[in-house]
Amino acid sequence: MKHIALVGMPNTGKSTFFNRATGASARVGNWPGITVDLLGAKLLLAGEMVELVDLPGIYDLHGFSDDEQVVRHFMEKNPLDLVVIILNASQIERQLSLALQIKQLCLPAVLLLNMADETKKFGISIDAEKMSASLGMPVVMLSAKYGNGYQGALQIITQAIQNGTPPIPPEKLQVLLATDDQIETDMEAVLKQTVQVPIQLSDNLTTRLDRLMLHPWLGLPLFFLIMYLLFQAIFLLGKPLQDGVGWLLEAFKQGALEPLLGALPAALHGLLIEGIYNGVGTVATFVPIIVLFFLFMALVEDSGYLSRAAFLMDALMAKLGLDGRSFVMILLGFGCNVPALMGTRVMRSRSLRLLTMLVIPFSLCSARLQVFVFITAAIFSPKAAPLVLFSLYLFSFAAAFITALLFKNRFQNNEPFILELPPYRFPTLRQMVLRGWHEVRHFLSRASKFIIAGVVLVWLLTHFPQNVAPGSIGTWAGMIGHFMEPVLAPIGIDQHLAIALIFGFVAKEIVVGSLAVIYGLEGSALTGMMAQQLDWVQAYSFMLFTLIYTPCLSTIATIRSESKSLPYTLLAVAFPLGLAWLVSFAFYQAARALGY
Amino acid sequence: MTTVNLETLKAGETATIAAVHTDRALSYRLAALGFRIGKRVEVIRHGRFSGPLHVRIGATDIMLRKEEAQKIEVQTPAR
Repeated sequence: MKHIALVGMPNTGKSTFFNRATGASARVGNWPGITVDLLGAKLLLAGEMVELVDLPGIYDLHGFSDDEQVVRHFMEKNPLDLVVIILNASQIERQLSLALQIKQLCLPAVLLLNMADETKKFGISIDAEKMSASLGMPVVMLSAKYGNGYQGALQIITQAIQNGTPPIPPEKLQVLLATDDQIETDMEAVLKQTVQVPIQLSDNLTTRLDRLMLHPWLGLPLFFLIMYLLFQAIFLLGKPLQDGVGWLLEAFKQGALEPLLGALPAALHGLLIEGIYNGVGTVATFVPIIVLFFLFMALVEDSGYLSRAAFLMDALMAKLGLDGRSFVMILLGFGCNVPALMGTRVMRSRSLRLLTMLVIPFSLCSARLQVFVFITAAIFSPKAAPLVLFSLYLFSFAAAFITALLFKNRFQNNEPFILELPPYRFPTLRQMVLRGWHEVRHFLSRASKFIIAGVVLVWLLTHFPQNVAPGSIGTWAGMIGHFMEPVLAPIGIDQHLAIALIFGFVAKEIVVGSLAVIYGLEGSALTGMMAQQLDWVQAYSFMLFTLIYTPCLSTIATIRSESKSLPYTLLAVAFPLGLAWLVSFAFYQAARALGY
Repeated sequence: MTTVNLETLKAGETATIAAVHTDRALSYRLAALGFRIGKRVEVIRHGRFSGPLHVRIGATDIMLRKEEAQKIEVQTPAR
């Protein structure tokens, strides 16, 4: 099979092109460095299967940073039949250097000038034919996002791969790149003939928006206001949908499941209905909120606002031994900690990476959000619930910042911080729908892996041995709860919640499901029961603990594989556990001492 | 013409890059972002609390910290 690699500078739309060509759903966003892994997919080009590989964005082929080395190694180890170079057409003035470097390696290449839509707005004009002649490789203008010019690009790629020369053996590639001076002279020559840039860029939307978003006094308050409004919007839209799903699941159970399974032996019936169906069903009602959450996240990521957040927060982050990118990774962690941890690969200093990876797990991820939405809805009044949720986000930031302060001397770094501020962009509907679908699939795969196994185990623990009352102190779950009591009683966590916490170590999605199983109830009956058994101080203490201790096994596995250090991984597990207990203890005891 | 470092420019001022005094790895990164000798650079704004600088080279907006900006020499018309 023939191999094609997509190469380009960060944030030029390689993944957008890759998704369009292969139908895959690689994560895209308006943030330099969102692709950190090699992603391959098969593609049919003129009756021939080829493999297309989406490489992380790189600035040049010298390979000084981790991500650049990944690309360089890949190109040195794998014979490539074609390199598709994707550059941002409106930044051709500087990005052309990468195309020239690839040309020097004598790789067969085609050049796609992406974001042709933006180039027009900037008033930049490019003569693609002339450029093709002077570079000696086909050049096409396109917009991978809107699809304009996409067919032409695909044709050129097909032609290039059909009459392509046999791939160059990788070992021949390891030639030295010519000096930068040479590249620069070549670049000037090509640009002079083919590109026209207006002397003064027009006062465009991005510049005007930046004047407001990066305002010296209004910038930061605006940032927090935007975040607050986003979360408000998610719950305003999500709550009715959540109730709807809950109603459907209940109707299905009453109308179809109960009559069908009624004849089964009591234990099996209990396991299927009270265990699996109630457990998974309770978790499933959160799918609409999670999908909405990710749609909004996609909007923020694609808008280019993340880079602005990095700009606004860098001064503060510098004092914590981090930088603006660390802050953006904390924000990305609100979706899921795992990709945020992998996103730290763009950092070159190992200390900075380790410090950032230590604070990311405090980001209140979407799985923990389910737990908090569930508990706040059960315990707090509808008026207080949004404020309680927002306070947990503040705790999430606080835990991250305090941790950075505590550890910044152990992970000292003086990594330079330089980042592009891309223009503001809006995602297409197609991109948003793809992203939402991607999250549903992600949830379903987690559900089949962890949640079912988790709720079954919880059901067994709370129902065996069979000669005692379910959920009572005599069951295995009761014994575990009793054993944990000396540690958990001082923070107000009873034996029911203790079981949920233990399973939450594996994945936070299990927490809500296991609560349904532990209490043997679902829907409003479950929340009513919890409101009876827990007061708000206990509930808040439980949420603080859930927020701060280990997010999930996947996060730990990612920390282990990214840091390649066992002692560091142990620190990343032990410290949050200790901090979680201390914070919950301080809160619970203080609230009780104050008479609540 | 006077030579100063990029960090001393005020918002709205434009200058020509004269020299980049950083280590090799960083100078490659800067070159790829457009910091090449002879290019025009405009300072758009300085971040608050001695935060990063927001500069523009050609069609690219870039932020960089003061420490890095101090290593970039620029020529300005005499003020």
